[in-house]
Amino acid sequence: MTLSWGQLRNIFFKYGIYAAFLILVVVLALTSPSFLTLQNILNVLRQSSIIGIIAIGMTFVIIKGGIDLSVGSILGFSAVVATSFAHPGEYPVIAPIIMGLLVGVACGLVNGFVIAKWNIAPFIVTLGMLTAARGMTLVYTDGKPIINLSDAYNFIGSGHFLGLPIPVIVFILVILVGVFLLNFTKFGRHVFAVGGNEKAARLSGVNIFAVKLAAYAIAGLTSGMAGILLSSRVMTGSPILGQGYELDAIAAVVIGGTSLTGGRGSMIGTVIGVLIISIMNNGLDLLNVSSYYQQIIKGAIIVLAVLLDRKSNN
Amino acid sequence: MGDHSFLLQIKNVSKSFSGVTVLNGVSLDIAPGEVHGLMGENGAGKSTLMKIVCGIEQPDEGEIVFKGKPVRFAKPADALNSGISIIHQELNSILDMTVAENLFIGREILRKFGIVNKAEMNRRTRELFRMIDVEIDPNRRLSTMSVAEKQLVEIVKALSYDADVIIMDEPTSAITDQEVLKLFEIIGKIKKQGKSIIYISHKMEEIYTICDRITVLRDGQFIATEPVNRLDKARLISLMVGRELKDLYVKEKAPVGEVFLEVKNFTAKGKFTDVSFHVRKGEVLGIAGLMGAGRTELAEAIFGAAPVDGGELRVKGRTVQIRKPVDAIRLGIGFVTEDRKLLGLDLKSTVKKNMSIVSLRKFLYGKQIINFRRERNAVDGYIVKLNIKTRSRDTLVSLLSGGNQQKVVLAKWLLSEPDILILDEPTRGIDVGAKAEIYKMISGLAKEGKAIIMISSEMPELFGMSDRIIVLHEGKLTGEFQREEFDQEKIMMCATGHVQGGISSRNQAGGNQT
Repeated sequence: MTLSWGQLRNIFFKYGIYAAFLILVVVLALTSPSFLTLQNILNVLRQSSIIGIIAIGMTFVIIKGGIDLSVGSILGFSAVVATSFAHPGEYPVIAPIIMGLLVGVACGLVNGFVIAKWNIAPFIVTLGMLTAARGMTLVYTDGKPIINLSDAYNFIGSGHFLGLPIPVIVFILVILVGVFLLNFTKFGRHVFAVGGNEKAARLSGVNIFAVKLAAYAIAGLTSGMAGILLSSRVMTGSPILGQGYELDAIAAVVIGGTSLTGGRGSMIGTVIGVLIISIMNNGLDLLNVSSYYQQIIKGAIIVLAVLLDRKSNN
Repeated sequence: MGDHSFLLQIKNVSKSFSGVTVLNGVSLDIAPGEVHGLMGENGAGKSTLMKIVCGIEQPDEGEIVFKGKPVRFAKPADALNSGISIIHQELNSILDMTVAENLFIGREILRKFGIVNKAEMNRRTRELFRMIDVEIDPNRRLSTMSVAEKQLVEIVKALSYDADVIIMDEPTSAITDQEVLKLFEIIGKIKKQGKSIIYISHKMEEIYTICDRITVLRDGQFIATEPVNRLDKARLISLMVGRELKDLYVKEKAPVGEVFLEVKNFTAKGKFTDVSFHVRKGEVLGIAGLMGAGRTELAEAIFGAAPVDGGELRVKGRTVQIRKPVDAIRLGIGFVTEDRKLLGLDLKSTVKKNMSIVSLRKFLYGKQIINFRRERNAVDGYIVKLNIKTRSRDTLVSLLSGGNQQKVVLAKWLLSEPDILILDEPTRGIDVGAKAEIYKMISGLAKEGKAIIMISSEMPELFGMSDRIIVLHEGKLTGEFQREEFDQEKIMMCATGHVQGGISSRNQAGGNQT
């Protein structure tokens, strides 16, 4: 290393998480020869895509000043409803896709409506949905995985298009739409405004109710997408799909520099956050670090990232 | 080391933040039993200097000598325990706690096993408040209190530390004239005990009423310390702004036209009752009244930010329903709120985004996509027009001085091109230079043909800017005065509910207080 510690620290504080990301990539590239192979990069991207898609939706909710704990359960519910329409020879493949997305949006709308209409803390409402949606998933499947899915459906999660895995393509599209909505539209501005100062936003004519409803609906929609992709990838509508994903998604958003108190954050930051998590998992796998240790490291990274973000913002 | 005739000496203190010099070799001596005015425009370095004195910030250079000994306060508690106490402009009270809990925070009175002795704390709280002749319920939560009441709690808290030096940063920015008099009385008592007060204020009248000496800072530099009687107002202002400031209140003649807004029999239970008034195109209507008279509540109700129980609104002769702020905005009403940090700005956002939020629909391709070029042009136009001092449009608004933040709030509403503009305490807590600019702007807006409603607790401002003043007392209209009838005493009589004055018969039924 030619950089001194002081220089390194300055770079860290100036570019925050972006510098950390680059350093992580460089270190892994130097220590593990298989890290920078095309195969491994695609592997990392595909592993990132499911959490990544959810994290994009989550970013809207957190910038708005909320939180959505129910994304993992919504993913599961969407997955089982979608797969139940995906048996061979029953419906065209568009049917399970539409059903999965509808379930996701519907759950998100319920979250948003209850939060915005009755002004109940998002933590509580989505915690309720976390439990309820998982319950509905179990009721819907009677606790048994849905198997025997059509090839067309299974292709969504495992197929390639232009050499890229389809989940990765979907992830990239979702990122593009997310960046566009957040940074280039009135809606995006309103999301920031509500998260930054809800009272001031209301007095400025922002429709708080609509913004909240839309933010949770988007989170529901992305969870639905993730549900379809994941169930198709594992070729099963398992009722336990997506368990615990909410924490990974929130971690990615927070690592990416979005403030948990709302009003500040970025979509690109979230993408970096997602990549950091999966590159780390991947790198530690390649370096043969036990998955038990990986959890400890991941936990520490989340807290460090927030600390780093605060330093670089001051 | 120090000169013993001074209680507190600040010697050549310098401080910079990330390369920007905020204080440059500033010195200040405080004699025992003196009220020392500290003046300067926003950004002059007053607050930073005081933060250094009470241990919130550390000086880069220089020293502080307190009671003859050099001191260095590493944290606020050190200063507090040595006898230096500060009442911040932005109150630091904890809203979910009671008066007594706030007063004794960090030094709770305890029974055995560390259990808080509530009864004793409540008793002591009552006792402390009696020192300033105020009866208070120690169990009241601060969230239920007005700004003025919260400020009283802070003052009593400072007194309770038995401090030798009390720093008051704009203590009267939110309290009524009567409460100001009471504060001055308290200051007089403190002074007699040989204790000193450093008094920061933008209000000339106050400075001249209670201060013994005045120190002026400008751009982080020490400018002068003079006894009050050797420093006339004009010179004080020129010392502060570094130039001659002509007439503060610019009131241009504006042709008064049709009625733009008419409020009829407006009532909201517990806030205001049967209030009727109107404002015309080109007119500045002042609303006077004491704290708690219902002025802000009335403005919020007109703007749709708070519900009304009865009454009618007409905009340009047409009866309208305003249920939420967006309705008011569509009808061409703008509302510059009293509390810019709580209600006016998104402090996590930039100057540009704060300014354009109300008028975003004007900068769109279609319904959603932002036209950044048009937004930038509009925002930059107002940054120049209102002389907003900011590094760029993308600077965080929280980094601006109070006066410039207020200009951002004004710009945000001006961008929406309202016909009717409600200004609630538009110059609260901002320096005299920025004030003059805002007055000039108000005058210019009236001339452009806007109808302006200006709520203010500062009489000189109301008198200087208004064409007409209405007075509220406990939610009722008690007086109305044309410009040629303005009379401080009469307006105060109406504001305190002792008399109804200068008013047409329509409101006489409202109620007789005396």
